Amino acid sequence: MSELLKISGLHATIDADGTPKEILRGIDLVIPPGEVHAIMGPNGCGKSTLSYVLAGRDDYEVTSGSALFSGKDLLTMEPEERAAAGLFLAFQSPVELPGVNNANFLRTAVNAVRRARGEPELDAVGFLKAVRAATKNLSMADDMLKRNVNVGFSGGEKKRNEVLQMTMLQPTLAILDETDSGLDVDALRIVAEGVQNLRSPNFSALVITHHQKLLDYLGPDRVHVMAKGRIIRSGGPELAKQINEEGYAAFLKEAA
Amino acid sequence: MPAITETREQVEKLGQSSYQWGFETDIEMDLAPKGLNEDIIRLISTRKEEPEWMLEWRLAAYRSWLKMKEPTWAKVTHPPIDYQDVHYYAAPKKKNGPKSLEEVDPELLRTYAKLGIPLHEQALLAGVEVPEGEEARMPVAVDAVFDSVSVATTFRKNLAEAGVIFCPISEAIRDYPDLVKQYIGSVVPVADNFYAALNSAVFTDGSFVFVPKGVRCPMELSTYFRINARNTGQFERTLIIVEDRASVSYLEGCTAPMRDENQLHAAVVELVAMEDASIKYSTVQNWYPGDENGRGGIYNFVTKRGACRGARAKISWTQVETGSAITWKYPSCILQGEGSVGEFYSVAVTNNHQQADTGTKMLHLGRNTRSTIIAKTISAGKSDSTYRGQVKIMPKASGARNFTQCDSLLIGDQCGAHTVPYIENRNMAARVEHEATTSKISEDQMFYCRQRGLSEEDAVGLIVNGFCKDVLKELPMEFAVEAQKLLAISLEGSVG
Ligand SMILES: Nc1ncnc2c1ncn2[C@@H]1O[C@H](COP(=O)(O)OP(=O)(O)O)[C@@H](O)[C@H]1O
Ligand SMILES: [Mg+2]
Repeated sequence: MSELLKISGLHATIDADGTPKEILRGIDLVIPPGEVHAIMGPNGCGKSTLSYVLAGRDDYEVTSGSALFSGKDLLTMEPEERAAAGLFLAFQSPVELPGVNNANFLRTAVNAVRRARGEPELDAVGFLKAVRAATKNLSMADDMLKRNVNVGFSGGEKKRNEVLQMTMLQPTLAILDETDSGLDVDALRIVAEGVQNLRSPNFSALVITHHQKLLDYLGPDRVHVMAKGRIIRSGGPELAKQINEEGYAAFLKEAA
Repeated sequence: MPAITETREQVEKLGQSSYQWGFETDIEMDLAPKGLNEDIIRLISTRKEEPEWMLEWRLAAYRSWLKMKEPTWAKVTHPPIDYQDVHYYAAPKKKNGPKSLEEVDPELLRTYAKLGIPLHEQALLAGVEVPEGEEARMPVAVDAVFDSVSVATTFRKNLAEAGVIFCPISEAIRDYPDLVKQYIGSVVPVADNFYAALNSAVFTDGSFVFVPKGVRCPMELSTYFRINARNTGQFERTLIIVEDRASVSYLEGCTAPMRDENQLHAAVVELVAMEDASIKYSTVQNWYPGDENGRGGIYNFVTKRGACRGARAKISWTQVETGSAITWKYPSCILQGEGSVGEFYSVAVTNNHQQADTGTKMLHLGRNTRSTIIAKTISAGKSDSTYRGQVKIMPKASGARNFTQCDSLLIGDQCGAHTVPYIENRNMAARVEHEATTSKISEDQMFYCRQRGLSEEDAVGLIVNGFCKDVLKELPMEFAVEAQKLLAISLEGSVG
């Protein structure tokens, strides 16, 4: 199949105090297997909304358009079905789960998707081995597993924890929503390596970012510029460089 | 979104059938006529072959009960209970009284199997040894209460060798009358409250535990209560006495068959801990809560109280309450002995139309007495839950300390949670701390979990178990696992 994700004419609204507010206004996007695509765009243009709609968040209403994931209609699936099908979203703001042990959460999640994918569940020992290897790669302290999910984590720790989950859940499509924001240089490199480790013909990524730096590590196949709920321009990695140097203004003017 | 609505409907359907332990056992019943009067009490006492003093005690309780009124201060509502419309005695037909498990009605044993009662004690009875290399786990002795008559008691011999008495209370009344006479009603007096008085008049069974000086009870004791006769009120009476430097861990758990009519349950539990004694009393309560429209379900009016009579005595209550249509229950501690300790760890879950008013009372009488209260309340559906706690520090209790933590978790926006702490400190040299929080399972949390592949139920289960962690860790191992499952089951269909 030449397309892992195919989004066509996607419109979505959110309920803003009783009246629907349109945020996605006709998104067209195709991601083939094995490719890394980047989305860049000014704050508030709808990048996170797109990621939420793809992951199946309830608050949004899709008013028209479609999204196919491995040929299946993504938009009728429950969020957990999308996860099992291989879609992973690294949240821009990871959510805290007080009292829920990080390792326990991760193991429950891993086994839930494995069950759904018809793979054998990991026992405690198998899980521990896999997770130890992953945390080591991400230079995460062991005690991160003992703490409660994202509770009291620094911004950087939260982002790394998202990458850890991604690594363990083995998605075919990872959407990374500003996973690089607020990271120092070392953390950024570790996160980038975390993504690079997953690179394979069966892994694609949609990377939402404001920064050139992460893209330098990842070498995206395509870069898309988003504004006001639409993709206004698509191109190669040079597009990201241009944005980095000139900002969004030129693109916005051109689109207007 | 239609897909989600549909799932929710399916899940809701599941919610009803999820009361998987709702079945009735077909055993011939020996029923007393409905109604309550002195003759019925005499009948109960005769059937139990009780001594005269016990009958007099019951009659005294009955006469006080007649003058009492149902308490109205709790935040629960129910249609009036017709106390004359209840059978006060029901017994499985005796076939000369089973003396061992083999003699027990096989139908009954099948019921226990369905309930998932761990009958590894059967294996032990049959002489099965623990395979080498495997950790020898602490065996659990079961005094099974089936309706009103205890039909199977195991491990009596092992316990007897340690000097521990563990038997149905009716037997204790016959065999150890002096002990029973000395302690029964000494912690919960006959006229303590309306339900306790009723229980004192008509209790039909329950457990008796006596651990003599210096003995650590060699196994955890557990009783499985089960209500199984239509319109049969359950009036269990439990009395646990632990002497100086002795200790015991007692587990109480129960499930009940599904039915329409409300069932009355008014148990009394009395604990007595002497010097340096310790009692750990754990409960997992899963009685039929009624259907999703609030029909049926058990009315559970319980009086549980422990007295720390000796210095440094310790009583610890742990409860996981998921069942019953109405729960009215305040396991309490009277901290009399100097330096004695009272603990209350509670998880109360209400869903659909359940109502729970539960909490504890810590009465500090002695110097340097300490109490800890950790109460977790989870409300879902249209249910209503109240934590009601009282900490009372008397003038002589210098150096007394209490710490109270009350947390409420709301699921959905049609349920209620209330915290009613009464604190009365009459000693300037005592310290009382109270903390309370209320939180909700947020959409963000649900979406985050589901994005990671968890079903709604798994997500709620995980978050709820996280919320209750501080209480669950107080439960004995086998109960902790059961309790975690119960929490998830009782909240099925509550999200979406
Ligand atoms: N719950 C909401 N109610 C109203 N408007 C919202 C809500 N959530 C997001 N928006 C609006 O939708 C737009 C897109 O937001 P978002 O997708 O987060 O943008 P980005 O990720 O590109 O910065 C913004 O204008 C934002 O204010
Ligand atoms: Mg965003």
